[in-house]
Amino acid sequence: MSRPGFVLEVDDRTPPLLVHNGEGFLLERFPLGTRVVYPPEALPPVRDVEEAIQNALLHPLESEPLPELLRPGMRLTIAFDDISLPLPPMKKPDIRQRIIEAVLTMAADAGVDDVELISANALHRRLTPNELRDIVGERVFRSFFPDGKLYNFDAEDAENLTHLGQTRHGEDVEISKRAAESDLLVYVNVNLVAMDGGHKSTSIGLASYKSLKHHHNSHTMIHSRSFMDHKASKMHHSAWRMGEILTEHVKVFQIETTLNNDIFGGPLEFLQKREWEWSIKDQASMLGAKRGLALAPAKARRKIFQDVRANYGLTGIHAGKIEPVHDKTIENVHKQHLVEVQGQSDVAIMGVPFVGPYNVNSVMNPILAACMGLGYYFNSYRGNPIVRKDGAVILYHPVDYEFSQLHHPSYVDFFEEVLSESTDPATIEAKFEKQYAEDPWYIHLYRTSYAYHGVHPFYMWYWISHALDHCGDIVWVGANRKTVERMGFRSASTLQDALEMVSHSVGRSPSITYLHNPPHLLADVR
Amino acid sequence: MMLALEMYRSPAKFLAAKAVGSRIPGVLTGPAAPLRLVTINEPKADRDGWARIRPILSGICGSDLGMVTGHTKLYFSALVSMPFVPGHEIVGELLEDCEDLPKGTRVVMDSVLTCAARGVEPCESCVAGRTNRCDRITVGHVAPGLQTGFCQDTGGGWGNVMVAHRSQLYAVPDGLSDERAVLTEPLAGAVHTALRAKVEPGQSVLVSGAGAVGLFATLALRELTQAGRITVVAKHPKQRELAKAFGASDVVAPDEVFRGVRRATGAFRLKPELNAKEFLLGGVDIAVDAVGSKDSIDTVLRVTKAGGRVVLAGMPSTGADLSPVWFRELELTGTYASSREEPNDRPAFETALEIAAKAPLDGVVGARYPLYRWREALDHAQSAGRLGTVKVAFDVRAS
Repeated sequence: MSRPGFVLEVDDRTPPLLVHNGEGFLLERFPLGTRVVYPPEALPPVRDVEEAIQNALLHPLESEPLPELLRPGMRLTIAFDDISLPLPPMKKPDIRQRIIEAVLTMAADAGVDDVELISANALHRRLTPNELRDIVGERVFRSFFPDGKLYNFDAEDAENLTHLGQTRHGEDVEISKRAAESDLLVYVNVNLVAMDGGHKSTSIGLASYKSLKHHHNSHTMIHSRSFMDHKASKMHHSAWRMGEILTEHVKVFQIETTLNNDIFGGPLEFLQKREWEWSIKDQASMLGAKRGLALAPAKARRKIFQDVRANYGLTGIHAGKIEPVHDKTIENVHKQHLVEVQGQSDVAIMGVPFVGPYNVNSVMNPILAACMGLGYYFNSYRGNPIVRKDGAVILYHPVDYEFSQLHHPSYVDFFEEVLSESTDPATIEAKFEKQYAEDPWYIHLYRTSYAYHGVHPFYMWYWISHALDHCGDIVWVGANRKTVERMGFRSASTLQDALEMVSHSVGRSPSITYLHNPPHLLADVR
Repeated sequence: MMLALEMYRSPAKFLAAKAVGSRIPGVLTGPAAPLRLVTINEPKADRDGWARIRPILSGICGSDLGMVTGHTKLYFSALVSMPFVPGHEIVGELLEDCEDLPKGTRVVMDSVLTCAARGVEPCESCVAGRTNRCDRITVGHVAPGLQTGFCQDTGGGWGNVMVAHRSQLYAVPDGLSDERAVLTEPLAGAVHTALRAKVEPGQSVLVSGAGAVGLFATLALRELTQAGRITVVAKHPKQRELAKAFGASDVVAPDEVFRGVRRATGAFRLKPELNAKEFLLGGVDIAVDAVGSKDSIDTVLRVTKAGGRVVLAGMPSTGADLSPVWFRELELTGTYASSREEPNDRPAFETALEIAAKAPLDGVVGARYPLYRWREALDHAQSAGRLGTVKVAFDVRAS
């Protein structure tokens, strides 16, 4: 039986606790009384994945079974979540591969021969052929990719976009033409955290900038509290409204999966255990990894982390109509991630790990590090933020000045040009967003290379707008001072120094909460 | 007799400077400097139109430093007469009447030694008022020398006394301080550069370099043209600050030029093989190189849009890759000194004096040295950017 998450109060017997710190980790002694929120242990996985898939497809929620929706001569489109999920990537076979193979088998049995597969990457970078292969598997890749029937969505291909209309709030719904004109759109989702899935899959994953700008903006995001609670997130409200329009025009068969917290295996297994339960072997692994990573050249260190493949077990799969499917999904996600926390604290501490949704097989640049800590981790709550209004957030990450010119070309410019002018999300949105969104070079790189869209760094910055608005102080421990300053934050050498720096706003004896993730958790702050 | 710094011919020092100057910069202003502080005869002003001047302040220019450190191309060796007293950026006082200018008048000097000064029939350029293009700079009754400060007969600003011809002189308005007046010559060069750049309203301009040449070019471009975005490439904090004050729309670091220009112009950025230097398809309409180094010229050629104009304002020292000039059909324009007849139908010096009076130039002359501290002065000038100084000058009266 897996144990639920819990909140530990640090006392004098508590050992040093592990903190993720980019491409490495460290052991930190927290002040007495610090609350440490531990994620639940991995839920037991579904025993027979194939059977679960068949069951979901044949007994969907509020929908005909999939075989009944398939017929000869129809246009079938299968869209799937891109490389940004799950994190870290999962061991093969990817759950998307297994589902897509099952769907394709049923389609073949029904005589469907007009099938296309689309990576729903919205404004994310295109996936390389190898990355597509990793997701859909060798057989599907070989059958569809060479003929151009397996491809990345291109949000800048105006000829292949369809405007479906506007929501009651005047939000444009513009998505992939192929998806819009399909007789059936099957969406294959991997729901790692509560933010994913639902109408966000189709109406964001297959949408253009024209559509996305209605909810990916500073105003909407500052009022999404939190992203991990779709009922309290303005961004999700907008996506849901768009979903209503989309499903009026397109028949969507949504397949959502949930994964457990079984992330780190092998020599990194100690990362998902509680420190006082580390065996001799775990301690040896930890020491070896810590020393080895400290000594390894940056390239080797990056490769070690980029090669991490998670053991994820499937905890559930549901298919059918989007809303009921997503309700079931959220139930499962909550089972795995929710940890009840009583009240907010003055200070929240978070360790930012080596990977986020936007740097798979790449570099976590300063903006992505900020987004991971202040966007994703800060928003890993339901009810109230883990830190009180005007409290302090302390983050761990080196925040090196390092950018991938291949994947994040507009990020460099954003960092150098935009952030040097202002760090206020609304200001930079008004002054710079359009320029970056329409820059022909970024568009060219997004369409033909493997670059995130020119506007993407803005979205990352909007993503942290709630944290910027909520927190009085943001300090990074052990971070590059210059890069952190450019983003409007401060850097401290040690946790003690960081606490000293924030003492003017939270006092000398603040209440502290440390979110001990990954593995993922969702703080249910009462 | 007078005290002066004299540049003399010394092949050994020249070779020493070439050999170790880049590794041991100290030798360039130390033992390898072909310069000496001497007591020599005053230059004579015994022909019509000539008069003696006592320099008050005399600036140290990049071309002076190039001569001292051996960076100047041998091309120019035929245009100077050794030994000579350097110094062509001056504000001084007439020691005697000079035609309509009475003794005691404060003057600045257009240093080009034209046909008028040399007492020869005006060449085609001089007739047209393009005095900086004079073809007779090595003949006439004055020793060869493209300018005062490179000529054996005239002396220069780095000495107690020098001579100049009336055609070279402009009276300094009473309200203009010596510190501003000494900047007139480089400002006139900047005026010439700005006008030679032929900037159309709204065009984007890149100025590579934020030493005196680059900063003044920025100032003149803002003052005399309707340029749109002016991007300045600056290394040091003080340079960035001044570039902004002089009218730059934005300032980028040298390693940020391609990124910055690409962003500003929406150009496409290409990277050739084998670590060859990148370039843009698209870019600025006009680029001004105010450095003269290979790297800077290479850069401006690569960030100028097809059909654009590249203006060389810095004295070029080494060869650049001209592929972009051919492939992008660039217009390559040189700009040297300044002219009596500029495209705005005025002498550059008149315009420069006006700019000197109203521009935010306080503190631009950041250091003044007496002649006998010449090594320190040259060291300071060599590192001016890093030290936050735009212009170092000799305070000749204190020498």
